[in-house]
Amino acid sequence: MPDASNTLEQWEKQEYKYGFVTDIEADAAPPGLNEDIIRFISAKKREPEFMLEWRLKAYRHWLTMTEPTWANIKYPPINYQDIVYYSSPIKDEDRPKSLDDVDPKLLETYEKLGIPLAERAALAGVAVDAVFDSVSVATTYKKKLGELGIIFCSFSEAVHEHPELIKKYLGTVVPYTDNFFATLNSAVFSDGSFVYVPKGVHCPMELSTYFRINAQSTGQFERTLIIADEGAHVSYLEGCTAPMRDENQLHAAVVELIAHKDATIKYSTIQNWYPGDKNGVGGIYNFVTKRGICAEENSRISWTQVETGSSITWKYPSVVLKGDNSVGEFYSVALTNLCQQADTGTKMIHIGKNTKSTIISKGISAGRGQNTYRGGVRINKGASNARNYTQCDSMLIGEDCGAHTFPYIEVKNTSAHMEHEASTSKIGEDQLFYCNQRGIKLEDAVSMIVNGFCKEVFRELPMEFAVEAQKLLEVSLEGSVG
Amino acid sequence: MALLEIRNLHAHVEGNEILRGINLTVNAGEVHSIMGPNGSGKSTLAQVLAGKDAYEITEGEVIYNGKDLLDMEPDERACEGVFLAFQYPVEIPGVSTNYFLRAAVNAKRKHHGQDELDAVDFLELVKEKAALVELDSKLLNRAVNEGFSGGEKKRNEIFQMSVLDPTLAILDETDSGLDIDALKTVAHGVNTLRGPERAMIVVTHYQRLLDYIVPDFVHVLREGRIVKSGGKELALELEAKGYAWVDEEIKTAAAAS
Repeated sequence: MPDASNTLEQWEKQEYKYGFVTDIEADAAPPGLNEDIIRFISAKKREPEFMLEWRLKAYRHWLTMTEPTWANIKYPPINYQDIVYYSSPIKDEDRPKSLDDVDPKLLETYEKLGIPLAERAALAGVAVDAVFDSVSVATTYKKKLGELGIIFCSFSEAVHEHPELIKKYLGTVVPYTDNFFATLNSAVFSDGSFVYVPKGVHCPMELSTYFRINAQSTGQFERTLIIADEGAHVSYLEGCTAPMRDENQLHAAVVELIAHKDATIKYSTIQNWYPGDKNGVGGIYNFVTKRGICAEENSRISWTQVETGSSITWKYPSVVLKGDNSVGEFYSVALTNLCQQADTGTKMIHIGKNTKSTIISKGISAGRGQNTYRGGVRINKGASNARNYTQCDSMLIGEDCGAHTFPYIEVKNTSAHMEHEASTSKIGEDQLFYCNQRGIKLEDAVSMIVNGFCKEVFRELPMEFAVEAQKLLEVSLEGSVG
Repeated sequence: MALLEIRNLHAHVEGNEILRGINLTVNAGEVHSIMGPNGSGKSTLAQVLAGKDAYEITEGEVIYNGKDLLDMEPDERACEGVFLAFQYPVEIPGVSTNYFLRAAVNAKRKHHGQDELDAVDFLELVKEKAALVELDSKLLNRAVNEGFSGGEKKRNEIFQMSVLDPTLAILDETDSGLDIDALKTVAHGVNTLRGPERAMIVVTHYQRLLDYIVPDFVHVLREGRIVKSGGKELALELEAKGYAWVDEEIKTAAAAS
């Protein structure tokens, strides 16, 4: 919780250290948050004035807000003055111009994580904008995409090179006043990805970004903005891994998607951050605001997520269906093992006529994990002939875990067509024995049954991601049975 | 050496003794039928042999192929050639029968140090075996037993048995819920699998199945013990006289001694 007096006190203290804080040569900001830190971040990134103003407006608004408590999660209070809001592994001046300039140790880490970069990326047909500790260190495929007029770059770069697009779209889906975590992000966001696909262009490859948290106590505040102009198509993959650590880390990202007339955006996530140990120590706190707008007719936004990591997941990728005949989709697998807690779901806001949304949510709880589905479907007065289909399934593995479901449905137009299905099952002893009796080992049987349970979501993922997702579930469930 | 040797086997579930001293010897090539009324312990015996952990073994031993069967995990027993055709086959949503069975086949191959079968070789194998029990191969692309009719589920069990090629096959009430045509098909599948290397234990309540799968030996299970054993004609006698007749026989024998 941001204690106003405490914040003020900090701000006063920082006043004396003014010179230090604004030292542009520093690789990291000191812990804490105040207007100077925000100016520091903005200065480090050599941002234009409009960007700094936006950050400051967000910060000032944030000071008036309180941390939300409605989610079904428990965690010790976060001291926002203990967090380092900016760190950079390398100085901006020394930013690598190409992969050859990248620290080989860094590349080694990517290698270990199985991240396809450079030639590997080329072979896999994936363009990677790798974010390492708040600063982009490598961007590939940019040229090839550039030929099609597609902009795929770091957010910071976009601020410099395409300020008109940033000005036009930033905060239009998630305004800086949106919610506590999104507002914090708006004030301090470090970097992220920017994608613009021009009129009529179908992006020929999956765009992929791997986020990775590294430096101790560094909050990560990614900001991503994706725009598909009229008739454009784009598929974006986001995957995360993090090394073992013993300290809680706050992550508050914001993703905004804008789909114009006849455009399609598909956004897939694999989230695999450190979940904490079996007693719940450590692990990432993941408070994410993701929202897309189907701004005009016949547009389509599809979220697919596989959430297996983090000790706390607070995330509701949503779609505002403004254009007539627009389509919103949400496919989710959320797994909680150990002491993990997930409160996740989606919101579908139907504004346009003949809008359609689909929600498929699969929650798996094992160990002492707590898994909550929270969904909201709203059909506005003018949204005639809107349709929603919601399917929400929970699976329990073991005796000490929990599954919770909070679906909210609000219908203001009588022509709406709503379907809701929900189930909760326990992974059956009988199913496991059946598999064992055919020679399949217990852990293989568990992952087979769980993967079967998640199939409807996995088939929405791009091929290589689907394989990765299955492996991830296996790893995440290790030791949960027997 | 016998393939399977059950000696004085006692098993409990939740404090109730279900098996109270089973003795049974099964040699390779033989088909044994275990008959008995409801609650006599037939299905318990089948599940205990397969390794279901709901049962506590309190006494006795089971030697299979010279090894202590009770010491093995269920998947290890399966890999060593023990197959149970379930009375109530379970559904596994989202997992295709093909995928499931290939995992089973390859688990067994791996156990025996053989290379895994690739998808092409596996499909070859499966096609042939599915025809044996007239199982529509389209079913193999569907999730395991999901939406299968009762008859399809039972045929699927025998189909899996033929693919996994067990040394000891235990059929638990495979006839229950089958109409006569399905029964014949299943029996045909089972009979095709009879051979000098393979033993079968056919657990059934009714004699009807034994018209089609003719056993070498019939054993009557009563309150957790085998109370009478004989040849295939014993099954017919049971059908004619009912299980009460066995009780009478036992009483008479006890009085005489």
